Amino acid sequence: MQVFELSFVAAVLLAATPVLYAALAGALSAQVGVFNIALEGQMLWGAFAAVAGSYITGSAWAGLLIAILTTALFSVILAVGSAAWKADPIIIAIGTNLLALGLTGFLMRVLFDVSGSFAPRGLQGLDKMSFLRDVPVIGDIFAGQTPLVPLAFVFVAAAGIWLKATSNGLRLRGVGEHPEASATLGVNVVAYKTWVTIVGGALCGMAGAQLSLGNVTVFTENMTAGRGWIAVAAVMLVAGRPLWLPVACLGFGAAEAFGFRLQGLGAPQQLTDAAPYAITLLVLVATRIPWTGSRAARRRTAEPANAVLEDK
Amino acid sequence: MTDAAVTLTGISKRYGAVVANDSVDLVLRRGSVHAVMGENGAGKSTLMSILFGLTEPDAGTIEVGGVERRFRGPADAIAAGLGMVHQHFRLFDSMSVAENVVYGAEPTRGALLDRRAAAERVRELSDRYGLGLDPDANVGRLSAGVRQRVEIVKALHREAEILILDEPSAVLTPDEVTSLFSVIRRAADAGTTVVLVTHKIQEVLAISDEVTVLRAGRVSGRFATAEVTGPQLIEAMTGRDVVPVSNAGARELGGIALSVDRATVVEQGITRLDDVSLTVRTGEIVGVAGVSGNGQHELVEAVLGAVALTSGTVEIAGTDVSSLDVRRRRLAGLAVIPEDRRGEGTAVTMTTAENITAGHHRSAPISGSGLAKGWLKRRAQREEATRLMADYDVRAESDQSLVGALSGGNAQKVVVARELSHGAPVLIAEQPTQGVDVGAIESIHTRLLEYRDAGRAVLLVSHEITELQALADRVVVLFAGRLVAEFSRAEATTARIGAAMTGGVTSGSGDAPEGRTA
Repeated sequence: MQVFELSFVAAVLLAATPVLYAALAGALSAQVGVFNIALEGQMLWGAFAAVAGSYITGSAWAGLLIAILTTALFSVILAVGSAAWKADPIIIAIGTNLLALGLTGFLMRVLFDVSGSFAPRGLQGLDKMSFLRDVPVIGDIFAGQTPLVPLAFVFVAAAGIWLKATSNGLRLRGVGEHPEASATLGVNVVAYKTWVTIVGGALCGMAGAQLSLGNVTVFTENMTAGRGWIAVAAVMLVAGRPLWLPVACLGFGAAEAFGFRLQGLGAPQQLTDAAPYAITLLVLVATRIPWTGSRAARRRTAEPANAVLEDK
Repeated sequence: MTDAAVTLTGISKRYGAVVANDSVDLVLRRGSVHAVMGENGAGKSTLMSILFGLTEPDAGTIEVGGVERRFRGPADAIAAGLGMVHQHFRLFDSMSVAENVVYGAEPTRGALLDRRAAAERVRELSDRYGLGLDPDANVGRLSAGVRQRVEIVKALHREAEILILDEPSAVLTPDEVTSLFSVIRRAADAGTTVVLVTHKIQEVLAISDEVTVLRAGRVSGRFATAEVTGPQLIEAMTGRDVVPVSNAGARELGGIALSVDRATVVEQGITRLDDVSLTVRTGEIVGVAGVSGNGQHELVEAVLGAVALTSGTVEIAGTDVSSLDVRRRRLAGLAVIPEDRRGEGTAVTMTTAENITAGHHRSAPISGSGLAKGWLKRRAQREEATRLMADYDVRAESDQSLVGALSGGNAQKVVVARELSHGAPVLIAEQPTQGVDVGAIESIHTRLLEYRDAGRAVLLVSHEITELQALADRVVVLFAGRLVAEFSRAEATTARIGAAMTGGVTSGSGDAPEGRTA
C-alpha cells in the first residue's frame, strides 16, 4: 500500500515539474508587469532544442544547456518587443506560440527527416537520481526522477525569498506595480522587464527539457499539449506570487497523475486526458469570483489617494 | 546671489507649435518657500519637469548650488539634491512605508535589504519633521494626507535639499493642509528649499516667501509674498481682473426636482453609501462636501443609474427612476457633468463636434427623420457644435479638433456645454472645475448659477470648500458614506464643513480617517 502511495507522489511531482518551471517564468514576468502567455511556445521550443541538442552532441546535459540558451534567445522576441519597443505582449506571445509550433515541426522534418515524433535510437535522456535508490521513502519518490525535479522547488523558494529580501527583488516588484514611480526613482524599468523576461525564457527551456528528456525521452509535435497554458492559469491563480506556485502546480500534477490511475482502472482515455484542463478551468472560475471582488475593493481603497482630482 | 539654491536661466521648451516655456528665469533662494503659480497650461508643469530632469529643455541652463547641471533623467536630479512630490502620488500600494521610502536607494546588508535600517531611517526622518509615520504600515491603506508624507520622506531620505511639491493640497482636507504647511515650514527652517506649485492664491499667501507667476509660458510676475495681494496675483496669472463668482442667493425655490430617499449602496459587502436622503428643489444649488472617497461618487452614480441601489429610491422631476437605466433617467430630466473628464465625460479620440453634440444625436436636427431616422446629418451636427462652442467659449482650432488635444479647461467646457444645453430640470455637477484654469472656473461657475436661476436644480459635488461656499445654497457633508451634516449658506463656514468632513472630529491630529470602507 505504501509503495502505491509513494509512486503516486512521484507521478504527481513528475507531472508538476515542467509546469512549475514555466509558471515560475510567468510569475516573475507578472512581477515586472509583463503578462507572459508565451510560456507554451517557449516550453515547446525548449523541449525540441533539448532533444535536438542531446541527439547532436550525444549528451543529455548538453541538450539541457542548449535548451536553456536557445529558449532564452527565443524569448528575446517577447522581452525586447514588449519592454523596449512597447508592443503588446499578448500579441507577441501569440505570435511566438504559433512560431514555436510551426518551427519545431518544420525543423524536425528538415533536420531529422521525420514527422510526428522524433526518438532516434541512442537518444540520451537526463540522468535519474538513482543513487538515492536505497534511501527509504526519498528513494521511492526521487530515485526515478531527474535532479531538475527537486531543483524546481529550490528555484521557486529562492525566487520567493529573493523578491522579498533583496533590494533587487524590491525594485523588481516595484517595476511591475508602478513603473512610473520606479522610473522617477532612477530604476531602469526597461532593463528589468527585458532581463526578467529572458530569464523566464531560460526557465521555460528547463521546463521543455524536463518534459522531453526527463519525463520521457522523445520529442513529439506539440508535446507541451497546453502545459504552458496551465502554467499561465497557475500564475493567475496565485496572483504572481512564486511561493504559492507549488500548490497550484502540484494540484495540476495530481490531476494528471490521478487521470493515469483512472485509465488503469478502465476509464476512457479521452476523459482522463481532459481532467487536468477541466480541473484547472474549474479552479480558475471558482477562485476568480471572490478574487475580482477583492481586487476591485483594493482599487477602491486606493482611489481617494490616487487623486481622483486629476487632469491626466 | 550666493544664497541661490537653484537658478534657472532662459529655459525654453516647445512641443510642436506650442511654446510651453519661453525663456523662463527662476531663482530659488536657499531655505525659502517659493511658490510657482499659473493657470493650467501656463507652463508650470513643464518647468518643473525640466527642473526635475523628466524633460530636457530646448534652451536654457540649470544651476544647482552654483554649478551648472544637465539632467538626463530624474536620477541625475535626485543626485543633485532635488526631490519631487508629484500631484498623483507615485507609491507602491502593496508595499510598506519603509519599502516605499528606501526604494531605489536601499540600505543593504550584504546582498540583502536591511529592513531594520530602513525602518530606523523612516522613524528618524518622521520624528525630525513631525510626520508621525509608521514604517511598517501598508501604504495602500493610508489616507491621502499620510501618503503625501510618505512621498515627502522619500525625498528627504535621498537627502533632497530642494523639495518640489506639485499641487500638494489638491487631495487634502483643510486640517491636513494646515499640518502640511507646518511640515513645509519646518523643512524650510531646517534649510530645505521648497518649491510649491499651485494655483491656489490663499495658499501662496499663507505659506510662501516668494512667488513667481507664469502666464502662457512666460514669467508674468515675481513678488515677495509679504508685498503682494491676491488680486495682483490673479492679474499676473490671467492678465485681467477676475472677479470671483459669488452666489447672490436663490430667488425662489420651486418644487422638489431631485429626491434621494434612504439610498444605500453596498458593493462586495462594503457599504459605500449608507442611508442617504436628500432633496434638491428647482432654483437651488445643493453642494455635497467630503474628502474624496467618502461616498460622493457613489451618490452620483446611484442617481445616474450607473450603480444599482441596494435599497432606497431616486426620483427625478417627480418620476421614480430607481429601476430605470441611465438613458431613461436622462430622458426623465437628468444631466450629468462627470468627475472623470477623460474617462467618462468625453471620448478623447473623437472630435469636439462629436463630443459636444453627443446625446443630441438621437433627435432632429442632428438625426434624420422619417426613413433617415438614425442617420447622422453631419452638417447639422457641425453647425450645432459651432454654435455651442461659440456660446460656451470653447477654444479649439476647429470643431474637428480631437477633444484629447484640448486643454483641460476647454475639454471641460465641451462637457458643460453638452450637458447644460439639454436644459434638463436636474443637473449633477461632479467636480466641475477640477484641473481647469481660473478663467474656465469663472465661466463654469457663472453657467451653473445661471442654470439655477433659470429654475432648475443643481447637485454640486466638490472637494473644494471655497467652490461650495461660492455657489451652493445649502451644503451637505458626506463622511464614510453617511450624510453627517447639513448647513445653510450662512452656516457653511470652512471650519464647520472641514470638521464634518473628518467625521465631526475637530481636534487637530490632521489625519483623514484611514478606514474609509466602514
